[in-house]
Amino acid sequence: MVDAGKIANADLTGSSAAGLSSDGWRRLGVLAVIAVALVLPWLFSNYHVFQFTLAMIYAIALLGLNLLTGYNGQISLGHGAFFAIGGYTTAILMHRWGVPYYLTIAPAGLLSFAIGVLFGLPALRLEGLYLALVTFSLAVAIPQILKYFDSWTGGSQGILLAKPAAPAWFPVGTDRWHYYLALAILLLVFWAGRNLLRSRTGRALVAIRDHPISAVAMGVNPALYKTMAFGVSALMTGIAGSLAALATAFVAPDSFSPFLSISFIVGSVVGGIATISGAVFGGIFIQFVPNVASDISDAAPWAIYGLFLLAFMYLMPQGIAGTLGELCRRLAAARAATMASRRGPLE
Amino acid sequence: MTFTRRSLTIAASAAALVFACTAAQAEKKYGPGASDTEIKIGNTNPYSGPASAYGTIGKAIAAYFAMINDEGGINGRKINFISLDDGYSPPKTVEQTRRLVEEDKVLLDFQPLGTPCNTAIQPYMNEQKVPQLFVATGATKWNNPKQFPWTMGWQPNYQTESRIYAAYILKNIPDAKIAILYQNDDYGKDYVKGMMDGLGDKAAKMVVAQKSYETTDPTVDSQIVALKGSGANVFFNVTTPKFASQAIRKAYDIGWKQTQFLNNVSNSVSAVLQPAGLEKSAGIISSGYYKDPADPKWQQTQAYKDWLAWMKKYLPNGNLGDAFNVYGYTVAQTMVHVLKQAGDDLTRENIMKQAASLKSLELPMLLPGIKISTGPDDFAPLKQMQLMKFDGKAWQLFGEVLSAEGS
Amino acid sequence: MEQLVQQILSGLATGAVYASLALALVMIYQATESVNFAQGEMAMFSTYIAWSLVQAGLPFWLAFLLTVAVSFLGGVLIERILIRPVEAAPVLSQVIVFIGLLVIFNSTAGWIFTYTVQEFPSPFGDVPLLGDMITSSELGVIGVTLVVLTLLYVFFRFTPLGFAMRAAAQNPGSARLVGIRVGWMLALGWGLAAAVGAVAGIMVAPVLFLDPNMMSGVLLYAFAGALLGGISSPGGAVVGGLIVGVLENLVGTYLIPTELKLTVALAVIIIILVVRPSGLFGTVMVKRV
Repeated sequence: MVDAGKIANADLTGSSAAGLSSDGWRRLGVLAVIAVALVLPWLFSNYHVFQFTLAMIYAIALLGLNLLTGYNGQISLGHGAFFAIGGYTTAILMHRWGVPYYLTIAPAGLLSFAIGVLFGLPALRLEGLYLALVTFSLAVAIPQILKYFDSWTGGSQGILLAKPAAPAWFPVGTDRWHYYLALAILLLVFWAGRNLLRSRTGRALVAIRDHPISAVAMGVNPALYKTMAFGVSALMTGIAGSLAALATAFVAPDSFSPFLSISFIVGSVVGGIATISGAVFGGIFIQFVPNVASDISDAAPWAIYGLFLLAFMYLMPQGIAGTLGELCRRLAAARAATMASRRGPLE
Repeated sequence: MTFTRRSLTIAASAAALVFACTAAQAEKKYGPGASDTEIKIGNTNPYSGPASAYGTIGKAIAAYFAMINDEGGINGRKINFISLDDGYSPPKTVEQTRRLVEEDKVLLDFQPLGTPCNTAIQPYMNEQKVPQLFVATGATKWNNPKQFPWTMGWQPNYQTESRIYAAYILKNIPDAKIAILYQNDDYGKDYVKGMMDGLGDKAAKMVVAQKSYETTDPTVDSQIVALKGSGANVFFNVTTPKFASQAIRKAYDIGWKQTQFLNNVSNSVSAVLQPAGLEKSAGIISSGYYKDPADPKWQQTQAYKDWLAWMKKYLPNGNLGDAFNVYGYTVAQTMVHVLKQAGDDLTRENIMKQAASLKSLELPMLLPGIKISTGPDDFAPLKQMQLMKFDGKAWQLFGEVLSAEGS
Repeated sequence: MEQLVQQILSGLATGAVYASLALALVMIYQATESVNFAQGEMAMFSTYIAWSLVQAGLPFWLAFLLTVAVSFLGGVLIERILIRPVEAAPVLSQVIVFIGLLVIFNSTAGWIFTYTVQEFPSPFGDVPLLGDMITSSELGVIGVTLVVLTLLYVFFRFTPLGFAMRAAAQNPGSARLVGIRVGWMLALGWGLAAAVGAVAGIMVAPVLFLDPNMMSGVLLYAFAGALLGGISSPGGAVVGGLIVGVLENLVGTYLIPTELKLTVALAVIIIILVVRPSGLFGTVMVKRV
């Protein structure tokens, strides 16, 4: 269904011309991106820093979704629900019990993990369209559930939070602080995600997606891995929800409409499903493209947004990361070919 | 780029401040977003997403400002109205509002729409001391000048309206058994609360059934059947237009005989009662503060003719039966009035000061006798309504102009 | 007791609304093995076309036929122009194209026709029947849904074209070998699904009232109904839609507060699906290794 081999292929064909292995190039690239990310908030206004923060938060959520839908092949149209659980956990802990905000992020992730695992159980019996229905139902139901338990959630009024300021030891201003907090957690989550996918567990997840029956034959326990995939995926998205609640200092049922879940699946496919970097592209997409659409036309912004979706899918059916990977692979192959022909006669 | 623009404005506003202190009273004073030629006004509205029906209001406001600009602007200054889409999602409202304040540097944020959206930005606006003026929601909490001196509502609040119905019921239907259908959000719950408060100690006895619906529900038929089953003889219909039409028709079709109170949000004849069926709507009681454009009684007035001419020229796509187009027109007039009153002192402080000193302002499309008044301790511009009954063709106003504020 | 009967009848009436759109979902699934999330919005848009024609003074049934024909053509064109380029793309990329279509139709309808609620005439009038329990327009939805169901059943079971279409969807490679033009079969499927959707939209508009969001609430229920009955079976989809309608009413009236009726109704459906993953009337799909 989805070609996950892409990234692995890119690794194999990387050129070693400049004395660096392809892994070395990759590491260099990642370091360069991190360096740019560290400097970025000093080049832009607070408002843009806030937007970048949101984009990174979405990227964390999308990595969670990518893990489940991209790598494990379980579609979810309801990840907004885990985003909401994370956000509300943080909000309730801060608002009701005065827990310091930095201590609420881990519980938000853990609660999402637990609910994700529970949700993964019925999902074991359901695939494809059925899973889409179940998860989409969750997306539609979550605002109502939030409103129903109003003594905890504040009902439709939501919960207002005091936006946490930068700590005394890192006096960079509120917006930059949230940016660096999101960046740090993004790097941590991405590092953990990459290691997970490269491990035995990661190979098992992909095997279950591509060859479920053979995977069982080879001794992989699909029930265990599939529920764990749901749990870990929810964990990441829950952490993102917690950060989003902190950055916007407000949660309400209307913040988690079904369309948020739809945006997530859009972001992860447009960014590049079953790729790690795709989550970052996807985060940027769902943060900025609706703004662009609204700037183009106030009359029908959704129509413009829809056209963007069609255009992206026609031009890059494998998503942004997938297409870039393909491009790199071709470039590398072409260069390797010229190198070989140039070297040929001399040897 | 951003830096230069920002520091320029800071320098400019600092200069303006120094200037303001030394200059005489009659000198021009400008806050961010105001100049000799322009007044920048920000706004957020749901132009996309499930709440996009409300986006009509933003478009109507823009169309009214376009007319003002064509007529020469306000004291020679053109209005630059920057209206951004937030899709009714509070995080997006926060983001777009920050853009308006920090990047576009608007003088004020006018008519941001939606209770959750306004709740999300209220602390920020008050921290930044930017007017969050005439917000498009009927929640009660916007009238709180002590805690939020930079936030002001506009329309009569939902609880006020409910209390007017409660008072009517107590006086005229002593044996009332009330069934309530409400939208499951703060708007619906505010109406329910207003009714309960208005009925006082009779509430527990009188209200026999409550059912809610979600905006994602395809129909409210099941709720109506259940409410009828409660044996109620009064039906309080707290729904938005499409659901109001469904509720009115279903209640009639299943033979539920009751006295119906319909919230103001949905009392448009052409958009709600006509689809439901005029004969099925006969006898409904509601209350209003602006003129229904579909009502023949107003169509002879100059006020309507002006409105119609404006609609034809500036909003040719707009629906003539849509009450939101009257709402947008009237609230934009309120804004223009405040800006005119502010004269050459276009600072954020003065805008709030002028907005809080409206004295019995009458606007053409408001019902006769309904006036806009504010004061330093009164941030609720509209608090009067008049009861009306539908006779099968048009709304007939009855009784006096009522106000439940403070009662 | 009267209340119970009334809730069931009212549930059947709403269930018929779900069932009518569920039929369009089954149609597209039979023809393409995928579910078009924009089906509801396309049906809404078709309904606006019919509404415009009626407003322009055309008799109802002429407007009806014209709309169904235009929708059929529109569906074919959408498949040929918009879906074809992603035919070979991963399933999820197609899902994104469906979502793109969904928002485009929704937004464009609001832009052209405004968001004001419109009344839509019912060919069956609006007469209360059975002691005020159900109206003729609601009964009309049920009747037309059953007619469309019969047509679909006959089409897929007894016509060569229906066979060809199913073959093209289930096994494009072999279908091509026996001379079926698979590409056109897909386009035809889209056209027929759009036509079935148009019928659904026109029938339910008098009941729900017409606005650009008319179908967005219905889609989830229709989807649930289709899967509950079995997405490979038109009859199952209709029964599934009706069950969803009645279940939701009974749950909301007797079991739990209305605030949670959708949540609980969906939970019940999920439990049924966990027990019977292929739906109540669907055939079990065999997995190949």
